[in-house]
Amino acid sequence: MTADPTPSDPRSWLFTTPQGLYCAPGDFHIDPAWAVKRAVVTHGHGDHARAGHGATLATRETIEIMKVRFGEELGAVQGLRYGETVRIGDVDVRLVPAGHILGSAQIVLDWQGSRIVVSGDFKRRRDPTCPPFEPVKCDVFITEATFALPVFRHPPDSHEIGRLLQSLKTFPERCHLVGVYALGKCQRVIRLLREAGYDKRIWLHGALVSLCDLYTREGVDLGDIAPVGEMGRNPKDDLFGRDVFKGAIVLCPPGALADRWSRRFPDPLPVAASGWMRVRARARQRGAELPLVISDHADWDELCRTIRDVQAPKLWVTHGREDALVHQARSMGVEAEALHVAGREEEGA
Amino acid sequence: MQHFAELLDSLVFQPARNAKLRLITTYLASTPDPDRGYALAALTGTLDLPNAKPALLREFGVQRLGETLFTLSYDYVGDLAETLSLVWDANVKPDAEATGPQAGHNRPPPSLGEVVDRLRLTSKRETPRLIETWLDELDATGRWALIKLVTGALRVGVSARLAKQAAADLGGVSVDDVEEVWHGLKPPYKSLFDWLTKGAPRPAVATTTAVFRPLMLANPLDEAELPSLDPLAYRAEWKWDGIRVQLAAGGEQRRIFTRGGDDATSAFPDIVEAMDFDAVLDGELLVAHPGIGDVGPTIAPFNDLQQRLNRKTITPKMLRDYPAHVRLYDALFLGGEDLRARSFDERRTKLETWFGEKPRGPFDLSPLIRFTTWDELSEMRAGARAAEIEGLMLKRADSAYVAGRPKGPWFKWKRAALTADCVLMYAQRGHGKRSSYYSDYTFGCWRDEELVPVGKAYSGFTDEELLRLDKWVRDHTTNRFGPVREVEPGLVLEIAFDAVQRSTRHKSGIAMRFPRVHRIRWDKPYAEADKLATLEAMLAA
Ligand SMILES: [Zn+2]
Ligand SMILES: [Zn+2]
Repeated sequence: MTADPTPSDPRSWLFTTPQGLYCAPGDFHIDPAWAVKRAVVTHGHGDHARAGHGATLATRETIEIMKVRFGEELGAVQGLRYGETVRIGDVDVRLVPAGHILGSAQIVLDWQGSRIVVSGDFKRRRDPTCPPFEPVKCDVFITEATFALPVFRHPPDSHEIGRLLQSLKTFPERCHLVGVYALGKCQRVIRLLREAGYDKRIWLHGALVSLCDLYTREGVDLGDIAPVGEMGRNPKDDLFGRDVFKGAIVLCPPGALADRWSRRFPDPLPVAASGWMRVRARARQRGAELPLVISDHADWDELCRTIRDVQAPKLWVTHGREDALVHQARSMGVEAEALHVAGREEEGA
Repeated sequence: MQHFAELLDSLVFQPARNAKLRLITTYLASTPDPDRGYALAALTGTLDLPNAKPALLREFGVQRLGETLFTLSYDYVGDLAETLSLVWDANVKPDAEATGPQAGHNRPPPSLGEVVDRLRLTSKRETPRLIETWLDELDATGRWALIKLVTGALRVGVSARLAKQAAADLGGVSVDDVEEVWHGLKPPYKSLFDWLTKGAPRPAVATTTAVFRPLMLANPLDEAELPSLDPLAYRAEWKWDGIRVQLAAGGEQRRIFTRGGDDATSAFPDIVEAMDFDAVLDGELLVAHPGIGDVGPTIAPFNDLQQRLNRKTITPKMLRDYPAHVRLYDALFLGGEDLRARSFDERRTKLETWFGEKPRGPFDLSPLIRFTTWDELSEMRAGARAAEIEGLMLKRADSAYVAGRPKGPWFKWKRAALTADCVLMYAQRGHGKRSSYYSDYTFGCWRDEELVPVGKAYSGFTDEELLRLDKWVRDHTTNRFGPVREVEPGLVLEIAFDAVQRSTRHKSGIAMRFPRVHRIRWDKPYAEADKLATLEAMLAA
């Protein structure tokens, strides 16, 4: 990348470096994997937002999330409203809803009449915890590809939540232990349960509490939630006991499902909520007895639809299974190629 | 169909027997006839449908999705039926706003009854088109279940017996009551459900003899009870190390059932050919090489019998190398007469008379063992070292043949277990309730300075011991591979097992039969565990 930046060659002004995606005329990185001087961050998930940058720009909500996660390690921060534009160097930067989690944004970069949109992570279906994805017409669209295979076609959320409620009816004495990613998935599952009419207390593993509190402060009504804490920990402790958890819903990080922590619950039924649950072998691998396909990432149809909506002649595919989406986009007449960015890993999609 | 599909889907993920039962019973209670009857037929393996070939599925997939995308998908998923069910509507309506189960079409998905009826009535040539139409109408789970149904491989971890148990639970009757009428019934089992749920009379037991009759089972003998039992009131036989079967023949019908009532007829044509009788007989299936003159048949090791089990095709070579044999010990019906209410002695006399009428080919009688005192019998049991003998059976002379496991009339008195001190090497997480515990243990014995794995056990310890074992595993882990942990040598498990056999599949060259943890030797130094040579010396003659 020694060539001078020119607007007609997008690769000359936005390209990957060992730290991550770099915008040359603005002199900043996007979702860098390592500490940099200036970072623009799409959303609060660990593989996108990291501590230690000199300055961080993101939506106001994402900044709040990063404060909860990293506390004092954050350097200078600037929180933007959706749609607000700031100029960094020679580049106009605007944050547009991505529909992924609270605060998640696409980053719209305008430089000398050329426009690149970085999607970050996104989805197209309705999410009661964040505003919906807004397609922005552009010259280059950089898309995620977590679920970029035709096998991933997420069913409606209400259908999956219905399966959880049905299981509670079939096994009313078993504690339903739901593995969810702490940021986004957890709060969305709670909201979906509330929308389905479930108004009982929902119990939380300690690792989920602070982000649920943040969502509540941001105006997402999670209803009656409470931490599990020490309850039921002592096997002889029947007063506060395990009986409370009979037929209850307890949310925890996926890793806690088969952890010693889960032993305090009466006959726990492990539930997992993720887009990966679509494939049975993967669901079994995770030990789920009830796999729910609830994802915060676009499925195959949503990815294809988005390629059409943004009308970009060029598509760069990152973050997942590029082969299938590159093939599909080319057959739709879009010039598509894979873009390898450092530091991306599979998340609790 | 959609309902049935969701049932299959939840069964696949549910490891616990009771939970599976609950799922099936709930389904049967909330599903109308004839769908629930066909579902029961599918689960018990009695639903006979024209099959679709996997090649057809692949062709469908490529047609809809193109070679590249289909191959990428199949590579990722690894299972053809599942791949096709997941990708199916990808190219039909790629721009559909909604991505829900019924996006892009307005016809309701077919019911299970409709699927079964139409598959039966449609010509072979038309079947692919029919399947294609349904694939369009069903959601992914529905498509997956449909494909399982038409490829004839349900594989959801439910035995015929378990499905019948669920039906029995629905009506609050015993599973043996269901078995008794079962083989006189046909899918969709309307009269069965009328009986179970609507107070209609119990369906008549079929009149042909060739149906499954629930077996009489024995309880393990508690040796402390022995002095209180009268030795003259009991008959004794060897307990054979084969597979319990019921031979049922009458009219044109000849059938072989396993203990659980599964039909194993097609696996044993050599036995079927010789079933030229009208009777229901109880016996042990073995592999045995025929005797000559006064010399009886030679029983082959259990491994040889395994060569004959779960095979799709039976080759002439298998029939020659591993000839099947049934050692008879009881008669439930003879010549159309129901003997079950008669005493063991009466049934035995009739069985012997019948057997003596003419040469009986691959059948012989399990001999009665003469004894007058328990001490005498106990000595014989201790002295029996033949591999095919697992121990003794005690049967009350006056006992009727009663379905199930009644307390008192029949006992099994297994040969004293063998034991060895082994060293824990690997531990794996269990399933279901045990999924947070390291509860499956691989252990080894010494060969020179090296430990070689000799077996795997996941039972024989109390819940309290499990907690302690689990902690020990976590504290002594040296390596992890997925759900498996390698531990440093240090803990000695005293393993009990029924026999040691040669095995080419294990590095140690031997395999244990029914190993279980007998005691945990927390204090024993692991260097003093048993040597492989000690186990080799136990190899059955
Ligand atoms: Zn994310
Ligand atoms: Zn991500």
